[in-house]
Parts: sequence; structure tokens; C-alpha cells
Amino acid sequence: MTQNNVALGLPNSSNITRAVLSNGVTVLVRANPSVKSVVLVGQMRGGSLYESPQHNGLASMTAASLMRGTESRGLQAIASRLEDIGADFDFAAGVHHVSFGGKALAEDLPVLIDTLADCVMNPVFPSDQVDRLRGEVMTWLQYSLQDTRRQASRAFRESLYDASHPYHYSPRGTLESLPGIDAQMLKQFHASQYGPDGVTIVIVGAVDPAAAVDAVRAKLESWTAPDQAPARSVGSAANVDRTIHTVVPIPGKTQSDVVIGVVGPERRSPDFQAARIANSILGEFGMMGRIGDEVREKAGLAYYAYSRIEGGYGPGAWSISAGVNPANVERAVDLSLQEVRKMAAEHVTDTELDDNKSYFIGRMPLQLETNEGLAGAILSMETFELGLDYLVEYPAQINAVTADGVREAIQTYWTPDAVVVAVAGAADQG
Amino acid sequence: MAVQRHVLENGLVVILKEVQSAPLISWWVLYRIGSRNEPTGKTGISHWVEHMMFKGTEAFPAKEVDKMFDRLGGTWNAQTSFDYTAYYETLPADKIDLALRHEADRMVNARFDIEEVESERTVIISERQGLENSPLFWLDEEISAAAFRVHGYHHEIVGDLHDLRTMTRDDLYSHYRRYYVPNNAIVVAVGAFDPDDMLSRIRQHFGAIPAGDTPPLFVRPEPEQQGERRVTVERPGHTAFLEYAYRAPAAGDDDFYALTILDSILTGPDGQIDNKTSRLYRALVETEIAASIGGGLVPTVDPYLYTIVVTLRDGRTIAEAEVIIESEIARLVAGDVSQAEVDKAKKQARASFAYTTETVTGQGYWLAFAENLGSYGWFEGYIDRLDHVSLDDVKAAAIRYLRPRNRVVGHLIPTGLVDGANDEDDDDAE
Repeated sequence: MTQNNVALGLPNSSNITRAVLSNGVTVLVRANPSVKSVVLVGQMRGGSLYESPQHNGLASMTAASLMRGTESRGLQAIASRLEDIGADFDFAAGVHHVSFGGKALAEDLPVLIDTLADCVMNPVFPSDQVDRLRGEVMTWLQYSLQDTRRQASRAFRESLYDASHPYHYSPRGTLESLPGIDAQMLKQFHASQYGPDGVTIVIVGAVDPAAAVDAVRAKLESWTAPDQAPARSVGSAANVDRTIHTVVPIPGKTQSDVVIGVVGPERRSPDFQAARIANSILGEFGMMGRIGDEVREKAGLAYYAYSRIEGGYGPGAWSISAGVNPANVERAVDLSLQEVRKMAAEHVTDTELDDNKSYFIGRMPLQLETNEGLAGAILSMETFELGLDYLVEYPAQINAVTADGVREAIQTYWTPDAVVVAVAGAADQG
Repeated sequence: MAVQRHVLENGLVVILKEVQSAPLISWWVLYRIGSRNEPTGKTGISHWVEHMMFKGTEAFPAKEVDKMFDRLGGTWNAQTSFDYTAYYETLPADKIDLALRHEADRMVNARFDIEEVESERTVIISERQGLENSPLFWLDEEISAAAFRVHGYHHEIVGDLHDLRTMTRDDLYSHYRRYYVPNNAIVVAVGAFDPDDMLSRIRQHFGAIPAGDTPPLFVRPEPEQQGERRVTVERPGHTAFLEYAYRAPAAGDDDFYALTILDSILTGPDGQIDNKTSRLYRALVETEIAASIGGGLVPTVDPYLYTIVVTLRDGRTIAEAEVIIESEIARLVAGDVSQAEVDKAKKQARASFAYTTETVTGQGYWLAFAENLGSYGWFEGYIDRLDHVSLDDVKAAAIRYLRPRNRVVGHLIPTGLVDGANDEDDDDAE
């Protein structure tokens, strides 16, 4: 299997060019000559983990304002350089990081690199632009009050993680917190949190790797930030000790969205692969796994019903989501948890296990077909410290998962009588 | 490699394109039947039949098919549009025979069990209710209904609730038997194969399926509009929307390309590239009247709509936005367009086209889509035809299409929220 995967040209330590600049910026480049374009993605510190609950949204506003003005260019000049050549680039803050990324025709890679460098090194946060952005975000937040999926997810998150945990909060901020955030605070946040330490950049496309590294070096190696605050991580999160039901009534809705879940594994947890396979059997493989089969196919209760494991840099959620008629909410929840109980009590079958291993290994060519797919995989290998030969070793890791491991993963994370159930939808439901 | 087109004796159109960039093949089967061909009382039937095609045959039981493709690391899905119903599988190249066998089988042997039809009725109604949760769905539905009094584009693809409640198994099965015949289908393969070998495999699986009667297509041309039409929708929420929908040319019309460039100038290129330098962004978002703006021109068999959607900022009025749009439209109609703007739109289209066609799945989709419009050459020649649009063509298109009597204007009026649903403190009631 290993030899076959190498033969397929999987990204690995021998064909990824990796360089660490003198200021700590890490650059990884993989040539993909079969396309005309190039993708640049990456991440750096400055997520909502670095803001206070009182100023929820500060990290997100800072990241989103980077392209609204630098020392040498205004918003229109920054946008024009990209849009005039059909390129795209943006920044967005999550909890742990600010992610950035964009694409262009391959000959325009220098514009992407220059945009990244100029916006992270020389932003000026014009107060009129910050005010405008705040208004746009608040309009979006107002609109999302009507979005049953978003409201169910918000209620789920707020109930699963207590107010002392960063995952309790959405990086976007709230209608209450955003008015208290101004341009001066963005400047201070940028000055204290942004810097080259912790920056990872991945470039994939029709480019020469050595030239691409040189181009990044020329623009970003001069970046220094002696006052950059040290990296933070999130603490562990305790699961709820009893089932918590949360209901968000929204008038005028004909469907309800439901999220059921618990605190799940981190990406680097030793049982992560077993948990991923457990999740796939529960609510992904085939037509949304066992839950899809019971809730959608057999009972016809939902248009969608699936499970998802976040598995990021901290204790993200492991959840089941469904869109159902308000009258069917309770039944959908019961059927879903019944499947969790079964998986905690009994081994999955050999066929299920083999099918899912084959699924995880077999879809690699499809996932790695595009520049975006390749770049995302390389970024994960680097930032989760999986090693650049992770994809070569991946089939062996997947094949090592056992039925015991799958059941243990369910037992470790799920207590079906202590979960959060969040429902958003028709105002008259119970 | 060059695209090949063949027609089998039973009328099946076969399009082949060899692409050796990844060990994958994307396989598409498109039937020339969509929501535009549905009479009143049967709205949504194409989409529902698409769902039933996932319910299995004797040879390929439903639960097994999902697992079969996942096991191979493939992806498969379907889509119903105004003008077609299409199915695809993208698989590792050495497994593609399975996709051919599966599609040949379900072209003839789909079961349409009565129990499955009834179970799916709930799922389809749930899908419609999920769409109804978005206020913009209601506005779009009203605008289509106002724009198309006669033509089948007047109803949503998902169908009207009454029809979803009343259609029978026999209705669905008749639709399937009538339209799912080789002489009403286009098949496309794109990927790592030898074209001669692929053609012989297609003959082997599809050649023996008998042609059906030429299916009657229900099409009623829309009479010319006699004056501006306006619709208003009131829904719970805080966010107001304004939508302009101008009658637009069919995809095969030369004017379609001129209008594509006009759209790029007015609202920006397609969703893969940002639109901050577009005229309406500058006129509406930079003036803080709108939180966002967007435009859309869908390539369709019959003349459809060119839409402009404005999301109003809290506290700003639809009337303010209308004044701005009228003034920007007037500029275009008066000929205030530059060659530089036209050139920029062309470069954006070239980049966007490159991004879209970097996957075998994307190429398969566009070849099938284009053949349904009249010829796969529509896709192959898209960039060339855009390049041939002159500044005068763009000015002429503005005069021809952007007239008040040629449009429907829609307002979505938010009626606020009741029951304290926007009060975050009320969300956590257990």
C-alpha cells in the first residue's frame, strides 16, 4: 500500500519543499503542474482564543479588517489588485488561528504573496472601514437569528461549553459585544498578537517550489514583532453530567434543526482515527451512516441527519445534526441516541469496519485532486505535527483500528444519558 | 485531449474527454428533463424522481449502493435543475465499470416501491420546509412566479407543497418511464481512460437498452412582459432584501455573453472571486446602505432571469437602495462603460473558468450541461465567445435588457421577531 501511494504521487517529505525563514515563518510548497492556477493557504496566531469574552468578536474584526487598508493602499486598491486579475484572497479568525487563503492564475502568485505580506505587516485599521465592517457583521448576525441551523449550533455550543471556555463563544462576536469594539482596539490586538512566530504558509500549483519560497522570503522575512504575545492553547472541557435540552423558538419556521452531542477528541488524541471511523459508521458512511439509515431512510423523518467530529486543536464537539419537522424532533433524537447506545454496547461488524477503512483510504485520490485539497492536507500535516510522510503512513494507521477501538472511542466520549440537545425552529414546539 | 462525441444506435449521446492528471474518472448521466417541463399539479416531480433513483434496483439494493461507492473512495450524487436531471459518480479510474453498470441498470430498473415513495414524500416535504426557513427562498419563489406566468420556470425546482402532498407513485413512475430513455440522455466520461476502450465499455452497458418514444416535452413560451411587475413578501426577521430580476437571454444567445460581462461590471464575477470593486458594491456597500450585494445570471435553455440581490443594513431603507440601483442602471444604459472594465471582466472569467475546470468532476458537469444547452461546444468555446464581446455589444445589451418593463422588482419586508426569540437570555431554558 505504501509503495502504491508513493507511486500515486502523494505529497510526502521527498516532494514537498519546506523552509523556515529566519523569523520563524514556515513555508511549504508542492508543485502541481497539471493545473493553470495556484493556491496559497495558511494560518497564524490571533484567533478568538486571544480575546476576552467582553470583547468577543475582536479577533474576527481584526482579521477581517486586514484587507481594508494598509500604509500604502486603501481597500479599493487592495481589492483591485486581486479582482483585476481574477484572484481572490481573504483572512478569517477562528478560535485558535487566523486562517488566510486565496488563489490566482499561476503567474500571479506574487500578487497573493504581496497581499498577504502587506496586510499582515502594515495594516492601518481605518476607523471608517472598521465601522462599516461592524455594520455588515451585525446585519449578518441579525439575519442569522432567522437561520435555524446556525441558532441550533449556537445554542448547542453555549450549553456544551461553559462560559469560561473559549469554545462557548462564536469568533464572530455578538450583537451586544460588537458595538464596544473600535479601530483602536483592533490596532492594539494586531500589535500584541500578530507576528511571524507561528505563521505557516502552504503554496500548491503550477509553480517552481524554490522560486516560490524565495518570493515568500523576499516579502515576509523582514517581518519582526518582538512584542508578539506567546501562543496559547485551550484547556480541556468537561462533558455535561446530565442531558441538557435547549430550545430556540423562531417564529415562522416550518422545520426544526437539531444538534445532539458531547465533547469529542482533539486531532492529536491517540484514539482520533478510531473515533473518526466510529463517527463514520455512526453518521457518515453510505447515506449518512447508521443514523441516516434509521432517521432518514427507514423513518423518513429528515432531509438530512448525520454526525460529525471536529477534531481540531482542542476538545471540539462530536455531534449529530438533523433537519426535521417539529413534530418529529423527539423521535429523531431518540433514534439517534439509540444508535449511539448500540455502538457503545456492541462491536461494529467486520463488514462495517472493513468498508469504512476502505472508504477512508480509497478516497485519498479524490481529496487530493485539487490544489485546495493538497494544500489543506499539507497544512494539516504541518500544523498538527503529523509529519510530512503522514499520508504515506495513513493507510497503515487506518488499518490498525479495531472493533474494540471503535467501541472504546464511543464509550470514551459518549454518555447517551448526558448529552446536549439543542433545537431551533418553529416557535410552538415543546 | 480533444473531446469526442458519439451517438449510439439507441440515441444515447456520448461525450468523452481523456484527462490524465489524476487516477480518477468522473461519469455523468444527464436526462433532458427538469422543472421547466413540469405542468401545474406535477411541480417538483423531476426532483422527486431524482430522489427515487437512490432507492435501488434488484441488482443494486439502495443500502448497498451507498456503501459500494464509499467503499471504493468515490463520490456520487445527483442534481435536478430547471432544464435537466443529472447523476454522477467520480471514482478511482480502475473502478469506473461499476458506475457504468449502476447507471445503465437504474436507467431501466428503478423500483419505485410504494412504501419508499411515501417515506420519501416526508423527506421531500422536509427539504422544502428547510428551504422555507430562509426568507430569501420566499422572495425568490414570488419573483419567479411573477416573472413567469406561463413558462415552467415559474415554480421552484422542489415543487409546490400541494403537489408534493398529492402526487402518486404512478405519477412518478410514469415520469421515469417516459423520460429516462437513452434517446433522452447524455452520458459524459472525463478522466484517466483510453477513449476507444471507454466507448466500447459504454456500448457494452448501454447499447442494448432500447430507445423509447421521443418524450413529449411540456414547454410553454413566456409571452412578452408588458410592464414592470412588483412583489412584496413579509416574513419574520430584521433584515430587508431588495431583488431586481431582469429577463435575460438563453445561454445559446450571443447576448448572454455580453450580459455576463455587464453583470461582472455591475455586481462582480461569479462567487469564486470577490466583488469589492464592482459598481454596486461601491455604490451600496461603501455608502453603508447595504451589507452586501450580489448578482446572478444562470445559463438556461430558455430565456430566464438576471438577478441583483441587495441585503440592506439595519436602519437603511429599500427605497434608498432602489434610487442607487436606478442610477447605476441608468449609467449603463447611457453607455457609460469603459474598455478597461470589459477587459477586466474577461480576465476574471478566464481565471474563474480555470478554477472551475480543474477537477474531472467539474469538467464532466460542464460538458453534460453544455450538451444539454445544444452542444458541448458551448463549454469548449465559452472563453472564446466571451473574448469576442465588444464594448459596443455590452452597451447594446444594457439598452436591450436593463429596461423597467423587462423586470420584476421584489421587496422582502422583515416584520421583526416575536416571542423574545432574539433575546439571547431566553435561549437556554431547559
